[in-house]
Amino acid sequence: MNQMDLIELQPDETFVLNVGPQHPATHGVLRVKMTMDGEYIYDAETVLGYIHRMHEKMAENRTYAQYMPNMGRLDYLSAMAFNHGYALVVERACGIEVPERAEYIRVLTVELNRISSHLVWLGAFVLDLGGFTPLMYCFDDREYILDLLESITGSRLTYCYFRFGGLYNDIDEPFIEGTRRFVKRMYKELKMYAKLVTGNIILMKRLRGHGIIDQNMCQRYGATGPVARGSGINYDVRRNEPYSVYPELDFDIPVDDGCDSYARYLVRMEEMVQSLRIIEQILAKLPEGPINPAKKPKIIKPPPGDYYAAVETARGNFGIRLVSDGGKNAYRLKLRSPTYSNMHLFDEACRGMLIADALAFMGSLDLVIPEMDR
Amino acid sequence: MELSLLNAFIAVFIAIAFVGANAAYLVWWERKGAGFFQRRPGPTENGPWGLLQPPLDGIKLMTKQLLIPGGVDKAIFMVAPVLAMFPALVSFVTIPFSSSIQAHTIEVGVLLIFAFAALGSMSLLVAGWSSRNKYAMISSIRAVSQTVAYEIPLLITTITVVLIAGSLELSEIAAAQMGGIWNWYIWPFQKSAGFNIFMPISFMIMFICSVAETNRAPFDLGEAESELVAGFHTEYSSMGFGLFFMGEYANIVIGACLITILFLGGWACPFGDLGFFPFTHHVGWFLLKLYLIIFVFVWIRWTFPRTTIYGLLNLSWQYMIPLSLFNLLLTAALIKVFA
Repeated sequence: MNQMDLIELQPDETFVLNVGPQHPATHGVLRVKMTMDGEYIYDAETVLGYIHRMHEKMAENRTYAQYMPNMGRLDYLSAMAFNHGYALVVERACGIEVPERAEYIRVLTVELNRISSHLVWLGAFVLDLGGFTPLMYCFDDREYILDLLESITGSRLTYCYFRFGGLYNDIDEPFIEGTRRFVKRMYKELKMYAKLVTGNIILMKRLRGHGIIDQNMCQRYGATGPVARGSGINYDVRRNEPYSVYPELDFDIPVDDGCDSYARYLVRMEEMVQSLRIIEQILAKLPEGPINPAKKPKIIKPPPGDYYAAVETARGNFGIRLVSDGGKNAYRLKLRSPTYSNMHLFDEACRGMLIADALAFMGSLDLVIPEMDR
Repeated sequence: MELSLLNAFIAVFIAIAFVGANAAYLVWWERKGAGFFQRRPGPTENGPWGLLQPPLDGIKLMTKQLLIPGGVDKAIFMVAPVLAMFPALVSFVTIPFSSSIQAHTIEVGVLLIFAFAALGSMSLLVAGWSSRNKYAMISSIRAVSQTVAYEIPLLITTITVVLIAGSLELSEIAAAQMGGIWNWYIWPFQKSAGFNIFMPISFMIMFICSVAETNRAPFDLGEAESELVAGFHTEYSSMGFGLFFMGEYANIVIGACLITILFLGGWACPFGDLGFFPFTHHVGWFLLKLYLIIFVFVWIRWTFPRTTIYGLLNLSWQYMIPLSLFNLLLTAALIKVFA
């Protein structure tokens, strides 16, 4: 938008509407300062920092093992993938080998967690659009995943399941049986969602053609995950920079050229199906063996250097850069979290939208505030 | 009926009791319905099936502090909730529940109900205006444009029915539909309607408008909680909020009553005049139809996401008003030709 357009758009009278930090649509403590022209947004400014906890600084004061639980507190909906990212970078730094069974179980839990995260997103998104019932269905389904993961990890939300080189706990027969039953159930439930939500005419009218983000904008802001894939960018860390056992598994990366909220919606729905496929494959070929490496340093002290690892969380590319000086604590730990980039699209993309559409658009970005603020 | 002071007093008392009981227990009904649609039990804690929930909610609301935020227009702020409740109460006076149960027969009953319904939307306007809250303000502007858009097709459709029945009196409109389910105005090819094929469309327009008129999902733009927090009643607490709440449910009952009388034959038994059967044309039929319609309202609310304000206005001005106008003219012409 150039200067001339801005002058032409300049309305006679505007008012400032503070959406948040306490507002039902922001799902947390995000604040959006909107300059409104009636019900149309003339300008918006997202304000962060209401839940900043200095996670990056904490890494410099804690040992590597002590910092592991922090990873569950970033993105509380997709904590397992964040565990994975941190375990991955430290393993790369120290050169720890992970047993094959542990790798499979890692991917299994991460994908289960991805489905539960997408289920919360689906419920909250339709809630933003004014439909309350899908939220209940989603939480009902998610409950199965949480129960399953609780039985092996001991926690329901802020998991600390991964260890450097392996896992805290092996999975057992009831877990595998329960996962099989869940996969069967989830296929049926997804069909129901397709009937109840995807095909709903009101939903389509509210999402199609609204919240347009083009590829250029995605690249400028560094958007990743379903937001970028909804704009036709075929980028998924699991495929582009493979890690763990993802190369051995058969799954598709859903991409949609729609660029609108509906495209992002469809991408996430399809991702749930793909995660189910991954889970089915893992259950079929889960190898026997140990879940922790035989040889592992007692105290984690990565050699001095600069290390990087990235994983695909439910919201996109989570990159973690570790600079070590050879000590017991990290010298510097930089977290690159997906929704921090995804959110900053909002300021530019929501200009000229109705407030109702803008909040639906915000819902389609799937924001998790503690992960942005860190 | 001779309108003595005592009669009027009894009528008003019964109307208030009916409205109060309905408003309270429709909340329960709504919550149970929501539970049914959402695979959960709904309220169960207080009393059997949670039946004590509404009175306890009432006590809670009454004992809460009535907060009046600084800087509001106090007089208007206090009047708005009363304005929300009062028109619904008055409208009940004209509703005939059966051929004998009607508080007062008014020859222009339909007109009176619409006049007071318009007053009800006034309460949303002044509530939002006086609250000194931007969300409430946006909400009240939405509510007014919504009401203006939806009262027009509602009125035109009602005029269509009035034209067929030949009376503005609600009890006469219902009486004209006696004698079996096929005499109800919802069906096409009524002889009295000049064999008009579009009567079901009229019914649909009436139904959609009633949902929109009562500010219910998917047209609950006035209190769109994901956008406007709580809309026009954001700043209201205690019984101020309670009155808005009760007013909303009372309006739902009025809307459902109107649909029942105008299209579903009021208290008419669907099987026609069964001489031996004691309950033909009984108030029970009226209540059955009434609560069935309210159940559909609940069903719709817990199924659909919300529309946006322009989608809603487009629906009204582009489709419903032309359709209802067309149907009115068609009905007038058909009646002239056939009836």
